[in-house]
Order: sequence, then structure tokens, then C-alpha cells
Amino acid sequence: MSDTVAVEVSNVYKVFGKKQREVVKRLQAGASRGELTALGTAAVIDASFEVKKGEIFVVMGLSGSGKSTLIRMLNGLLEPTAGNVTVYGSPVSGVPSKQLREVRRTKISMVFQHFALLPHRTVLDNAAYGLEVQGVSLDERRKRAQDVVDRVGLSGWEDKLPGELSGGMQQRVGLARALASDTDVLLMDEAFSALDPLIRREMQEQLVELQQELGKTIIFITHDLNEAMFLGDRIAVMRDGRIVQVGTPDEILTDPANDYVAQFVQDVDRARVLTAAGVMEPARAVVSGSAGPRAALRTMRDMQTSAAFVVGNGRKLLGVVHDRDVLKHVKAGNRDLMTIVRNDPATVGPDQYLVDLFEPAAESHLPVAVVDERGRLLGAIPRVTLLAALANVPTTTGENQVIETPATVAVEVITQTLRETAGMTDEVDTKTRVHSDDVEAVREGSFN
Amino acid sequence: MDIRIPLGQWVEDFVDVLTDVAQPFFDVLRAIFLGAHDLINLVFQSPPFWVIILAVAALGFLARGWKLALGVLVGFTLILAVDQWENAMDTLSLVLVASIIAVIISVPLGILGARFDNASRILKPILDFLQTMPALVYLIPALILFRVGVVPGIVATIVFALAPGVRLTELGIRGVDKEVVEAGHAFGSSPFRILRQIQLPLAMPSIMAGVNQVIMLSLSMVVIAGMVGAGGLGGDVVASLNRLDIGLGFEAGLSVVILAIVLDRLTASLGTRKPRVKKADAVPSVNAEASVSQKDEQLVAASAS
Ligand SMILES: Nc1ncnc2c1ncn2[C@@H]1O[C@H](COP(=O)(O)OP(=O)(O)OP(=O)(O)O)[C@@H](O)[C@H]1O
Ligand SMILES: [Mg+2]
Repeated sequence: MSDTVAVEVSNVYKVFGKKQREVVKRLQAGASRGELTALGTAAVIDASFEVKKGEIFVVMGLSGSGKSTLIRMLNGLLEPTAGNVTVYGSPVSGVPSKQLREVRRTKISMVFQHFALLPHRTVLDNAAYGLEVQGVSLDERRKRAQDVVDRVGLSGWEDKLPGELSGGMQQRVGLARALASDTDVLLMDEAFSALDPLIRREMQEQLVELQQELGKTIIFITHDLNEAMFLGDRIAVMRDGRIVQVGTPDEILTDPANDYVAQFVQDVDRARVLTAAGVMEPARAVVSGSAGPRAALRTMRDMQTSAAFVVGNGRKLLGVVHDRDVLKHVKAGNRDLMTIVRNDPATVGPDQYLVDLFEPAAESHLPVAVVDERGRLLGAIPRVTLLAALANVPTTTGENQVIETPATVAVEVITQTLRETAGMTDEVDTKTRVHSDDVEAVREGSFN
Repeated sequence: MDIRIPLGQWVEDFVDVLTDVAQPFFDVLRAIFLGAHDLINLVFQSPPFWVIILAVAALGFLARGWKLALGVLVGFTLILAVDQWENAMDTLSLVLVASIIAVIISVPLGILGARFDNASRILKPILDFLQTMPALVYLIPALILFRVGVVPGIVATIVFALAPGVRLTELGIRGVDKEVVEAGHAFGSSPFRILRQIQLPLAMPSIMAGVNQVIMLSLSMVVIAGMVGAGGLGGDVVASLNRLDIGLGFEAGLSVVILAIVLDRLTASLGTRKPRVKKADAVPSVNAEASVSQKDEQLVAASAS
């Protein structure tokens, strides 16, 4: 995903009925949709959002919430009553039809709920339709269409008519047609809703795969929450013509903007939607590998935990230390923490779904560490947090010592030990302070 | 009370004005229709009868199979046997000319009606009028404008047969799956391209049903056209009526029926003919992981057998 804006929608209204302008005016003045039903149906009200290049943007909402109306304004199949739509800077609303056709040919294509294939044309010619309209020569467009047909897994079927294909295969043709026309933006209005669940899942996975390969910008409409959560980089939730929330699947789930969204998302399979990065806590008990054992001991005492993550340069996770080990170490006067680091913390990647976390969480008595692909510690997920996230109760309880593994050595013993050994490593203490600032920075970084 | 709107007078005046002002125009039309009719008539009359019979039988075989071919052989031989061959060919020419012109007029009108609701609203009552007005009435202005002969018959036939062509074209185009038309728009097609590549092909069964109706109505009009000297089977029917010649009337009438059945079967098959499907010579290999679904597997199995 880049920062280039692919599709920009600003303050778009669509009203069906006789007095469209008046309805818009009254809506802008604050009237509710329900008051104006006599004048017209406000299908989309004041919609504004941007879709970035390479993003999968999902629009979700109940039947009649205005999703289809909205997506049809993005390629000019419907003209907004008010507001503007641009695709890569080219206006789509309020332009002559010739110019609009040019935008459709070069910038934005569409996949339809009921496939909308040309029944009298073969699979290959259907796939080549967009290219044909663009004026590409027969040989060239057949060749390019063939590539796409192969890519969507329909090799060998190119001479069949759509009627001879199953639903899933027909929609692959629909997808091939949109991909072959080589526009950056793909609109998909409930593209998988007419398919049965197994094929549907398959198509979703294939779409994500294709998107990653080709980097298309996809605007996908669905009323299926799980589909939205699976596909969407960001999701817009619509209700009665208004967009009530735009956010990542995690944000929508963990921080619904209102009761409507909350109710909407309550049935979702959270374990398959929420990611480690979405629920992790800042790792509190963290010590630097280069800090001495005393610093580690002090941190664990302050946190009242029995173990701490040890990080090296660039916050790379090295392992864990346990309070008993460290205590012995300090008493023995040993200054190198690294010799007692155990190399066994359970780690997961930030994008892993919670379903993948149960096993490591069950097997480890420590919080599960979340590390990025370079092994850097991003945060930690204690079991309590995992359960709370699944049960959808807030986990931000502030001072949450509970979530750390309780100390196995009494605080007094540690304090005593530290006092006894004081003086031998004061300079290390200051070093630790510096490092804990670094750690603070990591926490913030990982939450942006 | 003696309030009478002189509507008939007005129409008469109107036709008078037409003849005064536009007679050259109608003369040109007359020449064109006459030329077309003579040309087609030449095609049917000049070859020996058995060439025509075999040609039509072959058409029947292609369109419907051997049953229709056999029907054509028997029927046309019967026409020959009752000595109506020349008349039948005359009538066939007249029907074909009138039908072709009626289709040329009605299909674009139907397209217009499908595209613009206003056009549809205007067309509808006109079509109702044309269809319900007794067919004989058309003969009067046609006679005045085109003088006696084949042409007023053709014109009256066209006017009478127009309506179903327009209606079924409009119906067919309006009935095309909206999403498919939308797909055409979504990929940047012009309205004309959508008409040509999507709407007309998909509306074709309905349009062909309209063509079939046009031809049938034309045929039913030829008897009436015979009254104005259009000749053909209609001429003999009218003659038999004047002379109360039951035998001649039956023979000519039967020939009309045979022509009607043959034309109907031939044209009806145009609309219902399915797009030919190429037989797959081999089972297409579908990407293994792409087609794990049962449905797809069934399809593979089906196309293999
Ligand atoms: N052409 C139209 N004329 C009048 N009203 C319309 C038209 N199209 C849509 N509407 C109305 O606009 C509202 C939104 O419809 P829309 O089709 O956008 O909903 P949707 O979210 O796509 O629903 P679904 O999930 O059923 O497809 C509905 O109340 C609908 O009745
Ligand atoms: Mg919809």
C-alpha cells in the first residue's frame, strides 16, 4: 500500500426521487433521513473517504444501507446528487460521458454480484471484453486475456460459454475480465455473495493472493462481516446511508464507534480477525542484555514479576531471565546477565491471528512475546489479555500487574540482596535507565 | 342534437393535401417497393418449381430437421398440384418484401422505445391504433397514394404488420439483464457498442419472435391486398368470392395455409435456436487447487462424458 490516493470521495450524497436537491439541502441542514422519505430516498448521505493505492477497502452494512449506490457512484454508473468523486485525480462525477468512458476504460473496472458475463461469448472473449472496448487488437487481447484466465485457474475452459460453468468459475471469469482490462482500481459489489460458502472462502483467498501479486486497489462490498474482516485493510461501516465508522478490522472490533457497529461486530469470530499486534500490551518487564543482573533484579522487583524479557541491540529479543536465577547470580557476584538468559520465550509475529496464539500461550507461563520479522520485541500478550480480547472486554486496566507472572521471590529478599551488593555496579544502573527509555520508545512505536 | 365532428372529412383533407404536396415522394416510394417486389418475384418465379421446392426443403432441414423438410416437400407439391404455384410465389414475394420493410422500420422503433421512455409512451398508443384498426381501412389511403396494384397491398401490409415487431423488440431489449448492460457501461463501452454487442444479441429471441409475428400478420393481410389488385393467392380468393367458386376459394385458401405453416416453422426456429456449443474434445485441465469444489468437479465429470 502506498500513500497515493486512488479513489477520493468527498461529501457525496445520492437521493432517489423527485426533489433530490431539496432533500440534500435539508439533510445538510440537519434533518434526519426518516423525516424526508416523502421527498425522496436518501441512499447515500455525506460520504467521504479516501482509498489508497494497493488497499483493499471494504464497505460493509446491512441490506439497504446504500452500499451498492455508493460503489456505483465510484465509476459513474450513478451520478451523485451532490459531492465529488475522483479516481487518480480524474473526476468521475459531473463529467461528459465521453470522458467518463475514458476513466472507466483506463482506471476503474468492476466485478458484479451475479457475474454479468456476456452469455453468448466464450470465457476467453468475456475476459477480453475490457480490452476489446479499449481498442486492443484481437490477437493481442486474446493473448492478454489468456494470461489472466490462466492466472485465475481457468486454463482449459476458455472456449466454453459462461452457462456451462459453475458459479464459482463464472465469477472467476468476471474477475478475469476486470483484471485483464488492466485498470488499477477494482470495484466488487457483493462479488462472492452468490457463491456457496466453500467456494466463497476459496475465492476470498485467491483474491487476497492476486491482490498481493498485482497490487490492485480493491473496493469490496459485502454484508458479511467475516468476509469484510478477512479481506479488508480498512472497513467502512454503513448504516442508513451514512458511513458510521472507517477503520482497520482491529479498530472496528476493539473500538466500535457506536452501538450499531458494536452490535454488528459482536458475532464475528474474533480469534480469526484480531491479530497479535492488535491486542498486545507493552512489554513491561524488559531488561537490556548489557545491563547487569542487579538491574534485571530491580526491574523485576518493581514490576513484581518472576521473569523479564532480555533485549539486545535494537531491542532484539534475546530470551528471558527468571528471578531465582538472577538472585543467585547477583549473590554470587556475577556481572554477566547473558549467561543465565534462557532462550525459551514463546514468540509470535504481529500479524498472526489470535487462533494461532492459544497453543504458545498455553504452553508458556510467560506472556507470549510479539516480535517482528527482525526479531525485535514489539509487545507481549499475557493470557489474560488474550482471553479478554476474545471475550471483548476492555483490557486496558491501567496498572495491570495481574497480567505479569507473579514474583516467586519475596520483594524483601530482592531489596535486601540489592542493598548488600550495592556499590559494585552503580554505573550499570544508569545504563539501565537509558535502556528503559529505549524500551518506552519501542512501546510507543509499536502502537502507532 | 346534430353535433357531428367531421373527423373523416379532416382525414380526407389531410390525405388530399398529402397527394398534392408529396405525390413525387410517393411515386419514388412506389417505384422502390415495386422494384423490390419484382426483384424477389423474379427470384421465385424464374427457376423451375422443383428448384424452389428443394431449396425451401433444404432450409427447413437446416432449421428444424427432416420433419419440416418433408412437410415442405408435401405442402409445396400440393400447391403445385392445385395449380396455385405462380400465385403462391407471387404472394411469397409480396410477404417477404412487406415483412423485410416492416422489420427494417419496426426494429429501430423498438430500440428507440427501449432506450427512451418518452418514445415508448408515444409509440404505445400509435401501435395500439395500428393493430386494432380494421385492416381494410389502410387500403383506402394506400390506394389513393400508390394507385392500384401490388404497392398499396405492400404498404397496407407493412402498416398492419408493424406493431408486433416494435413491441417485441422493445420488450426484448428492456428484458436484457440489467447487470450485463451495466457491465458494458462499467468497462467503458459506448451506448452503441452496448446495443450492438449486448442488447441486440441478448434480445434476439424476442426480436425473432417479433419477426415471426410480422411475417404471419403479413401473410394474413395478402388476401385483403388481393382486393386492390395485388394479385397472388389473394387475387384468387377475391375472385372466388365474387363468383362463389367454392373450389377455387378452397384451393387458394389451402395454399395460404401451407405457406403460413412453412413460414412460421422456418422463422420460429430462428428465435429459439440455441447458440451452438462446441463439443469439448478433451477434458479441460482445471488448476488442481482452484477447483476443489464439488460443483466444479461435477462439471468436469459432465463435460468428460
Ligand atoms: N434506482 C433506485 N430508485 C429508488 N430507490 C433506490 C434505487 N436504488 C436504490 N434505492 C434505495 O436506496 C437505498 C439503498 O439501496 P442500495 O441498493 O444501495 O443498498 P445496499 O446496501 O446495496 O443493499 P443490498 O445489501 O440489499 O444490496 C434503498 O433504500 C433502496 O431502496
Ligand atoms: Mg447492493
